Formats: sequence, C-alpha cells, structure tokens
Amino acid sequence: MRWRALMLALSVLPCAALAEVRPEAEQSYGSPTAAQHLLVRGTTDLALFDPVLQLFVADHPEVRIDYEQWGSNDLYNRAVAACAGEVQAADLVISSSVDQQVKLVNDGCAQSHSSAATAALPPAYNWRDEVFGITREPAVIVYNRALVPKADVPQSRFGLIDMLRTQGGRYDGRVATYDIEQSGLGYLFAFADAQQATTFGSVIEAFSRAHAVTTCCSAEIIDGVASGKYLIAYNILGSYAFARADSDPNIAVVAPTDYTLILSRAALIPSRASNPATAGVLIDFLLSQAGRQALAREHLYLEAAEMRGEGLLDLEDGDSYLRPISLSPVLLAGLDQQRRAHFIALWRSTFSKH
Amino acid sequence: MADLAQALPRRVSSLTLRLAVALTLLLAAGGAAVALAAIAYGHNAARQSYDRLLIGAANQIAEALTLQDGAVNIDIPVAAFELLALAPQDRIVYAVYGPHGTLITGYEGLRGPAPDQTFSDGSFTGEPMRFAAVDRRFAERSLSGTVRVVVGQTTRARGELTRSITRSALIAVALVGVLMSGLAIFAVRSALGPLRRIERALAVRAPADLTPLDLAVPREIGTLVATLNGFMARIDRQVAATRRMIGDASHQLRTPIAVIRAQSELAIGEDDPARQQVYAQRIHRRAVSLGRLTDQLLNQALIIHRADAVPLDLIDLRRVAMQGVEEMDHVARDEGQAPDTDLRLDLPEDAVMVKGDSLSLIEACKNLATNALHHGAAPVVISVRVEGAMAVLAVQDSGPGLPRDQWQDAGSRFRRRTSVSATKVGLGLSIVDAVARAHHGEMSFAQTPARKFEARVILPLVGEGQG
Repeated sequence: MRWRALMLALSVLPCAALAEVRPEAEQSYGSPTAAQHLLVRGTTDLALFDPVLQLFVADHPEVRIDYEQWGSNDLYNRAVAACAGEVQAADLVISSSVDQQVKLVNDGCAQSHSSAATAALPPAYNWRDEVFGITREPAVIVYNRALVPKADVPQSRFGLIDMLRTQGGRYDGRVATYDIEQSGLGYLFAFADAQQATTFGSVIEAFSRAHAVTTCCSAEIIDGVASGKYLIAYNILGSYAFARADSDPNIAVVAPTDYTLILSRAALIPSRASNPATAGVLIDFLLSQAGRQALAREHLYLEAAEMRGEGLLDLEDGDSYLRPISLSPVLLAGLDQQRRAHFIALWRSTFSKH
Repeated sequence: MADLAQALPRRVSSLTLRLAVALTLLLAAGGAAVALAAIAYGHNAARQSYDRLLIGAANQIAEALTLQDGAVNIDIPVAAFELLALAPQDRIVYAVYGPHGTLITGYEGLRGPAPDQTFSDGSFTGEPMRFAAVDRRFAERSLSGTVRVVVGQTTRARGELTRSITRSALIAVALVGVLMSGLAIFAVRSALGPLRRIERALAVRAPADLTPLDLAVPREIGTLVATLNGFMARIDRQVAATRRMIGDASHQLRTPIAVIRAQSELAIGEDDPARQQVYAQRIHRRAVSLGRLTDQLLNQALIIHRADAVPLDLIDLRRVAMQGVEEMDHVARDEGQAPDTDLRLDLPEDAVMVKGDSLSLIEACKNLATNALHHGAAPVVISVRVEGAMAVLAVQDSGPGLPRDQWQDAGSRFRRRTSVSATKVGLGLSIVDAVARAHHGEMSFAQTPARKFEARVILPLVGEGQG
C-alpha cells in the first residue's frame, strides 16, 4: 500500500517534474522474445490486474506486455504529454478516472478501434469507438459488520442520512468518504451523485454534521473500516471492497438501493501508440467472455445478478437502480476548471462548517 | 431464307430500346437533380438542427454566467453538455471569454466565429468542427462589457443525418424510377398493341387477300391503317389491271397471230408468185393491224397504270380536246391520209378545269373520236361543256350509235370479244371507261333529241378557287 502514498505525493508535483515521475509499480508478462510488444499503463492495482494479464499472455504467446501502474492524475498527465509527442506513448491506457479518459478522446489523443466485441458494447460503455468500458464496478457503502448493529445498516442514501441523524453520537467522526480534492475517483463519484439526485446535498450535510472524515484512497478507507477506526464508508469502489471482504469477515458491503453508480474503467489506444493492432487484441480479450470472467474473479466485473446473489441488493426488480457513469462528453463538464473549483469549494465549505 | 431476310424491314433500333434509353437518360438526369437537391437539403437540414443544439448549449452556458466581486463566474451547466451529447459521437469544445478577450474557462486557443458572426466552420485536432458563439452583455457597476461563449462540436452527427436524409431521398427516387420504368414499359406495350394486332391480322391473311383491314385501332394508328388500306387498294387495282391486261392481250393477240401464221404458211406453200404477193399483202395488212392493236393494248395498260401512279394535274379539258384532234390529224398524215374533215370541235370560251392526267384523257378522247369516225356517221363533233358540277367531254355523231342495251356494260363488254381489228370499238371503249374511272368520273352514252348519238366522259369540275 506504500505506492498509494507515493501516488498522493506525486500527484501534487507540478508537470515540469513529469520526466522524473515513475510508475507506482511495473511488471512484465510473456516471453521477452515475443514478436509483439505492448506497453500498458493503468490505474488498476497490479494485484488485481495480474491474473487477467497472465491469462492473456497465456492465450497469446506472441505478445509481451509491460504493465505500468500509475496514479490517475499522473497517468492523465503522461497521456497528455504523450499525445503532444513529449514522452513515449503507451499502447493502451486503462484508467478508472473515466472523465479524464473521455477528455483524452475529446482532445484527439486516442485512436479508434472497432470489432465485433466493441460493437456489442452498450452506448454508455463505448464512445466513438475510441474509449471502452471494460469493467463494471459499483460505488458501494462499506461498514464494519462487528461494530455496526444490523438494524443500523443503511440500504440507501436515505437510510444513511436517517442513521446519521438519529444515531449521530455513535458515528461522529467515524464515517469516511473520499476526499474529492485528492481523489479523482472521489470527485467523479461525488460529481455523478450531484447529477443523479437532490439527496446529495442532504448527504454531505449529514456528513458534515457527523464530522465525516475525508481521505484519499480506497485502501486507506477500507483499512480504517476493517480496523474499526471508521464504522462506515460511503462511495467506495466495489472492486476493492469485495476483494477485502473475501479475506476479512468484518468488512460488509451494501449497494445503495435508491441508485448505485456503476464505474466502468475506460480503456483507450493513444493516438501515438506504436502497436495499436495488438492493443486492440487486448481490448477485445478484455471484452470477451474469458476476459470478463477473469475480471469478475478479481471483482472488477460485477453483474446485477451477481450483486443480488451476494445479498447486496434487496430489490427484486431489474437493474433500474444501476446508474452507469456513461462514457460521454457530459463528463467534461465536471472537468471544467471553474466548475471543479466551485464544486470543491462547496464541498470544502460544507465540511468545514462544524 | 435469304428472301425472308430481305423481306424483313430495315431495322433502325427497337422502339422499346429507344424509349428505354430516353427514359433512362431522363430518369438519370432527374435522379441526379433530385439527388443533388437531396444532398443540399440534407446538408441544410442537418446543419440547421445541429446548429440549434450548439446555440442552445451556448445559451445555457451564457445564462449560467454570474458576476461575483466584479469577476465573471461560470458554473458550466451539465445540461449544456447533455444537449451537445445528443450528437453522441461528436467531440465538444467550449470557451468563455471575458470582456477583454481573456479566457475565463474552457479550451485555450479556439478559433471561433468572428466577433460579428454567430457560426463558423473550423477544425479541432484534425477533425472538422462547427462553432457557435453567443454574447452576453453585462452593464453592472462592477463589470461592463460583453462575455462571449464559444461552443464547438465535430460534425459526425451532421454527416450521418445528411447521409440518412440523402439516402432516404435517393431510395424514394429509385422507387419512383422503378415505378416509372414499369409504367413506361406497360405504356409502350399497350401503345404497340394495335400494331401487333395489325401484324397478326395481316399474317393470317390469304396471300391474295387485299381487302381493307377492318380493325378498331387508336386514332394515332388509324392513319397508318388507312394508308395501309389505300396502299393495298392500289396494289389490288394494279393486280387486277395487270390480270385484265394479260387476259385481254392473250385473247386479242392470239387470233391475229394465228391468222398471220396461217397465211404465212399458205404463202410458203404457194408457188405462184402472184398469189404469194397477195398473201404477203394480207400478212402485211394483218401485221399493221396487229401493231395497232398491240399499241392500243399497251396504251390501255399504260393508262390504267397511270391512273394510279401519276399524280393528277389541273388541266383544261378544252386543251385535251384540241390535242386529241391534233394527234389524230398527225396519225392520219403519218399514214399518208388527209386529215379527217368530218371532225369538228365545239369548245366554250371559258376554260373547263379538271384534275387529271392529260395523256390518259387525250387517249380517251381519241378513242371516242376514232369510234365515232369508224362506226358512226359524219359529222363528228368533239365538244367540251359544263353541266352543273361536272365537266363533260362529249363526242357526237349522226349514226345510230351503240345499241341501248349495251350502254350499261360497254366498258367491259367488248373486251372479251374476239377481235382481229384494232379499229374495233371494244378495246377503245374499255380504255375510255378505265380513264373515266381513274379520274373519279364515268363514261356514259346518250341519244340527243336531234337523234344524234353522243359518248361522254363526265368528270368532276374543279372550280376557279379550288386550285
């Protein structure tokens, strides 16, 4: 977990220091003498993505993959620099900061790839055949099973608000969520919340009253919940929560039933990629049945049926509460300098009231 | 087979093919025009609808502008981007400029519309882009000036809409084209139907059947059928005339030739030079007579042929009479005789105009006069007069004339009579009859109150103004 702290440190460095910025982790797959060489840069934890890439090179012995794990802002800055020809471009960029990925496409930094697999994607997960949603990860509420009474467990945002209002004392200072200034993903979720429903205002107000803690990263928050430092955490990326829940019985997960945001990590082939064809093969693999199963094993690909199976969802009816974060230029509004500044200012003022 | 090939008409090119080519050219030209119009229309329609999106988005952004501490503040509305995302495959750029052209938020370095323009075309990272600009004027204590919002969008959706509108229009054009082609084929077929009926009617006819076609045909083809019927009638007449002439000739030539042959055989078998001389004279007389007969037969054939073949001129019947008398005088002179003094002319002072062939009419006149001179009694008077709407060429003599019971069929009656003399009345009258009929007139006979016999050719008179 050290690299997460590193990422935090690096993300605040100015762009001039780009050349010195190093990936958080690196790993190579496949034979060093393979004919095709693929440079993949992503935000996904190596630990989660490793089995997927292993499977791919086993299927495609002619490909060698160098995977670099980056923090999302570094990854974006590097992609922008690569687009301008200042640094070497990756062959594939996969990021959970889908708004930044959309902006890369919008600014002409991606090239298109189309195949039967990409054509089968719903429009929300394919923009211009240039950026593709390869995972399905819900934004969930995580709580400590041992410390939160069953009766208190909120099933929705309304439940969360009510819980904080009625049981304020018990949860004071023990509710956690992303710091949207530090976490691109946190900002993305908060911004999407602000678009989805008016309850968002009540949620952050309740948070501020409960002296909620904002922090940078999924891992830190989940660690805190597991250790009992926090009792409940809001808007946590489901993939990390499920991965921890597998090994830690204290970690419990709820997908809010009013609506559950679904993040789909976005993959794109940079315009200056040196091996776009093979990058396309990897994308098609990730979108294939085998690729999805491999991602699902790492909790990176969750279907509605699976969520219901795990007892995450109480609702019987379909998946109308699932709100995919669409890969569309609408996400650009959230990246607007002024809008971002205002949103963060609003957030900060709400949290500093008390 | 060679005959059959020759019998087929010279082919120019199929009517259907020609119509098809003309129709194809017409449809192609029309289709091209409609296609161009459709492309232009599609382009305009797409441009207008997506320009509205751009302006709508720019307006939403402009409306979100606020003033805070003398600075322009903007919370970019998500709705503006959702509006632009209605063109789902298009990239978006935007920029908000302050009163002095400083960038407040958005993309740097955009080249939007000129200050007084709303729309412009440009490009963004290599892709064509359409820009729209909206100005918002502030007149506040803290800020006075214009804030400009520029929104741009790539043109994929416009292109797709243009193509889809154009495609629909072209499909419609193609359908109309196919429909019109079908109708045209149907029209051509049904228009040519009567021709095929005529063809079938002619094909099933007996070889010698030259009667008029009796078919119900459209007016446009009616003239063709009328012409065809006229043509067949002419052939019919000529065939009949030829047949008649051959019949006449064989009938009338056989006997004199047989006589000449018999007498020449007698002459050969005769030893007495004096008698031989007598035979020779007889043979000569017969030969001269036969020559005249042959002349007359050929004349008749020629006249009957001319009746159909030669266009009728406007002629003066008086000239016909004079010419006839003159030619008879010539003949008499050629044969060493004095001109017949018993022949007189009785002509009116005014011209008597008819439509006709002067050669045939002169021949008819001569025949009547010759008959009168040979069979009637002097004096013979050739007269021309007008009776109502008819012109009459009459030859009068003082003899008993043709018996009344033979008047009716005088034109054909004498043709078959065995005749060894060309001077006989028969052949002459049949020529006169043929000439009269060819001129839409008739031959007739009359006994005048003064007990004179008159043979007439009665023809339709052409009035002064009738040209």
